This record gives sequence, structure tokens and C-alpha cells, in this order.
Amino acid sequence: MGGYIIRRSLLAIPLLLIISFLTFVLNALSPMDPAEVVLHAQGVPRITDDLLAETRAALGMDQPFFIRYLNWLLSCLQLDFGNSYVTGKPVWSMLGPAFLNTLKLTVISVVAVIVLSIGLGIICALTEGRLVDKSIRGAAFFLTSMPSYLLAALLVWYFSVKLDWLPTNGLESIQSYILPVSVITISYAGIYFRIVRSAMLNHLNEDYVLYGRACGLPEGRITIRLLRNSLQVAVSVFFMAIPIILGSTVVIENLFAWPGLGMLSVKSILSRDFPIIQAYVLVLAAAFVVVNTFSDMINALINPKLREDF
Amino acid sequence: MKRLHYLFKDRLAFLSLFIITSTLLAGIFAPWIAPNDPEEVHMELRFASVSWDYLLGNDHLGRCVLSRLIYGIRPSVLWVLVTLAISVGIGAIIGFISGYFKGKMDAFLMRVCDIMLSFPGYVMTLAIIGVLGVGLENILLAFVLMKWAWFARIIRTSVMQYSDAEYVKFSKALGAGSFSIMRKHIVPVSLPDIAVTSSSAFSSMILQLSGFSFLGLGVQAPHAEWGMMLNEARQVMFSRPEIMLAPGITTILFVSAVNFFTDALQVALDPKLMSIAKKKHRKGIFQKANLSRKEVA
Repeated sequence: MGGYIIRRSLLAIPLLLIISFLTFVLNALSPMDPAEVVLHAQGVPRITDDLLAETRAALGMDQPFFIRYLNWLLSCLQLDFGNSYVTGKPVWSMLGPAFLNTLKLTVISVVAVIVLSIGLGIICALTEGRLVDKSIRGAAFFLTSMPSYLLAALLVWYFSVKLDWLPTNGLESIQSYILPVSVITISYAGIYFRIVRSAMLNHLNEDYVLYGRACGLPEGRITIRLLRNSLQVAVSVFFMAIPIILGSTVVIENLFAWPGLGMLSVKSILSRDFPIIQAYVLVLAAAFVVVNTFSDMINALINPKLREDF
Repeated sequence: MKRLHYLFKDRLAFLSLFIITSTLLAGIFAPWIAPNDPEEVHMELRFASVSWDYLLGNDHLGRCVLSRLIYGIRPSVLWVLVTLAISVGIGAIIGFISGYFKGKMDAFLMRVCDIMLSFPGYVMTLAIIGVLGVGLENILLAFVLMKWAWFARIIRTSVMQYSDAEYVKFSKALGAGSFSIMRKHIVPVSLPDIAVTSSSAFSSMILQLSGFSFLGLGVQAPHAEWGMMLNEARQVMFSRPEIMLAPGITTILFVSAVNFFTDALQVALDPKLMSIAKKKHRKGIFQKANLSRKEVA
């Protein structure tokens, strides 16, 4: 197992390098001249050719492409992503806190998604084909067809405006978490509880359940065993869900004015603040690779068959 | 494709198919169907309620909501469909090459796919919009760039399954060319997999596109798009919540129709599930969850 962990971690390094290179190339492909954007953003009234050349030199744009990439990569490793074109502040001072806020939202949502999916999955599997099962699945079907921002808008309209219970936006108190977390939870739990349910249903037909029943084990204890075995499938799926939820909080963050990565990135896109966009893509893609690596390791820990491939 | 007639026996699937085709047709023939000009502003009709001239009322600029919904089909559904077709096409070509020829080519193409798939979809779409600027075409470009790898993966798995089949080996022994083997023996059997995958990706792409438009990164005003209509409605959400209804319900209806259709397609095309469905009298439609939907993201 130790060997597997080392091999799997080593595999992530070239992937991270390729990702950083692609991120860098993506920005180099941009049709706009960064020097011009900087000068525009700083509100310089008349842009002369001299001024452009000077700004380019200050940004290091006059060096060859590969040298620029290496310099950029080395400074990124020290969390120095350059300065924002618009505010002039270091990118990390804006990105860091935002990343933390997004992470908080994601972690709480993922926990809620897992708890709700397992709960609903068990209820549905135990009442298969009956009214409870059908109505939960019907509701889930409807809710997953709904754009998450519409669900969010409806919840805001009802709980914040009509009943005035919860804050509509921002991150001020614990209550600010309730609406965004429930929107994310509802839209993802609706998908993931099906996995728990179908895994449990598959295990219901296994011999050990029949044997347990034949031996007269109480239903509760059979259910616990059933759950332990069927959660193996679910665990790997949940780990895959973390990066997906991390990346897709963009819409929710913008709707609730959550001071996280999603809001920062959309703001930077609209103001064409490239260093922030670049750092955002790099940080999230790196997080994605790291979480994926961990999830592969955990899968291998649970399921020894997967280790054979390496 | 004999199994397709099961699909028409399933009333829910038939209804879904009806909703999907009529929406597509309405989008194509929008100028003839829409009762009014979708971009014509009537300030005196702001937030007017339902009337005979404006069947779904008017929005915050007095524009006809129904006409905007119909014209909105074009970016929200038709362009997404075109994008889907392009990504599936690229994915199919790569999937067929690597699934059929295997070997070094396959290893190389799959590593490229791995790299593409290791980027989170939403983030990359945002990155591409960030670099190329806001607009529908950039989002669609990002979709193609992000999704082909995913399709290539799934199609490759499906092709691999069949490329070792006895009848393929037999054709090879007879001296049939690779291209004609693929066309005659592999494309028809892997088509169901491709259909189900694309259908489930369709609904997720519609939701994603409308999400990006909702953020103001997609279709730009004054053109109509469902996500953007919802965004405009959100701004008056506190005073006129009912404006959200029309675009909201339309989106939900269309996306659930696609979802139902995907599930039905899966049941109809998968012989294993079909037998369950027959036994359980259509209960099977819920049986196979289309889990892949948001995972596409």
C-alpha cells in the first residue's frame, strides 16, 4: 500500500506541471496586450508607445516565452501570483481569503450532501417501491432538473423576503451559511442518494442477507451490515464529488454575494484582470488534482483490486 | 433499432420526446411562431400582466415574454445541441481510433484525455471566457474543449467491448478493411451507448449554459436567453417574483423532459434493464438513475 501511495503521488507531479503550463499558455493566447490592460485599468489617460514598452518591460513581457513560464512557475510556488491589474494589490492577498471562504462553503456542503444522501438512500432502499421511496425520488428528479440558481432565488424569496428569517447575502454570521449550503446540498444530494440507494438494493439480493435472515438476525443488524458493504461504492463517488462541488459553487456564490473564489473570478473576468483569473485556474486545478489523488488512494485502500493496475 | 418501439410504448417517454421535438421546432421556426418582436421595447407596458396580444405578459422593459422565450430556444437549446454534436463527433472519432486500433495510439490519446479531464469543467469554462471575453460563442467553444475528452473516454470503452467480438475477428479474417468493419459492425452496436451519454450530457449542458448566462457571462442583452431572462427577473425578484415563473418553468420542463427521455432511452436500449422494466411494468424507468448527469461537469 505504501508503494502505491508513493507511485500515485509521483503521478500527480507531471500532471500538475502540465496543468500549470496550459494555464500559462491560455493567458498567452489572450487577444489583448497585458500592458494595455494594465494601463487602462490604472486609468492612464493617454497611452503612448513608449509607455506601453515601459509597462511591458516592467511586466517582464520582453523575455522569451519559456523563461517567462519558468519565472512565473517559480514565483507561483511561493504563492506570488503577481499583482492585480485593477487594484494593484498582490493576487494572493485577494485569492487566499476567498479560497478559504469557498473551502468553508464546500466542506460544509459536502458533509451535508453525504449525510443527506446516505440518509435518503437508506430510507429509499428500505421502502423500495412504496410511496415514501417514490415520492423522494420524484422530488429529487424535479429538483435536479431545476437550475440551482432558480432554486436559490426561490429560497431567498421565501425565507429571506417573505419570512425575513435569514440573510439574503454576504458572509456575516452562521445564518449566512444556511441558504447557500442548502441549495448546494439539495441539488447534489438529489443525484448522489441514488448511488447509495442502488448500491444497497444490489446488496439486498446477496446471499449474506438471506443467510442473516435465515439465522434470525434482527433486521436492524442486517441493515447495518448492508450499509457497511454498500457504502464502499458511495465513498469513492463522494470523493469524486468534492472537486466537482468546489468548482461549481460559482453560480451560488454570485447569487448570495459570498466572498469566495467564484465571485472573485467572475468579477475579474468582467474587468479582464488576468493575473487573478490565471491564479484562480491554477489554484483550483491544483486542488482538483490533489483531491483526485487522495480519492484514488482511498479507493485503493477500500478496494485492493484497484491497486493491481500500478 | 428494433428496441426503439418500446420507447414509444412508454407514455412518459413519448411525452418527453414530444416536448423536446416541439421545443426544437419552435426554436428553428421562431420568427414565424413568435407573436411579437422579442426585442421591441414598450415602456408603457412594463410588467403588464397576461393579455391577448402578449400571452405571457411583459417584462421590465415591456417586451413580450412569450416571444423572448421562443427566441431564447435558439441559444439555450439549439446552439447547445450543435455544440453537443460537435463534441460527440470529436469524441467519437478519437474514441473509435483508440478503442479499435489500441496500442500506442490508444495510450497516447487516453493520456491526453486524462489531462483534459483533470481540469475541473466549470473552472476551465470560466478561464476560457476570461481569456477570450464574455459571449455565447466562447462558452460553447469552452464546452467543446472540455467535453470531447469525456465522450472519447466513454465511446472508447464501448468500442473496446465490441472490437474483440467474434464477428469482428471473422470480418478481419475475411479481409474486410478497418473502416468498413467499424461502419458495419461497431458503429451500430455502440450507438446506444453514445445516444444515452449524449442525451444525459445535453441536460447538464443546458443547465450550465443557463447558469453562465445567469451570471452575465453568456448571451448579451438585448438578445433573449432563458438563463438571462431569469437573471433579469432576479433583479425585480422582491417586487415582481412572478416574472421568474415563465423562464423558470420552461427550463425545468425542458430539462426534465430530456432527463426522462435519457432514462427511458437507457431502459429501452439496454436489454438487461428492458427485461426488468417489462417484468415490473414500467417501474424500471426510475430504476436506472442517470447518475452521470452532473458528473459531466
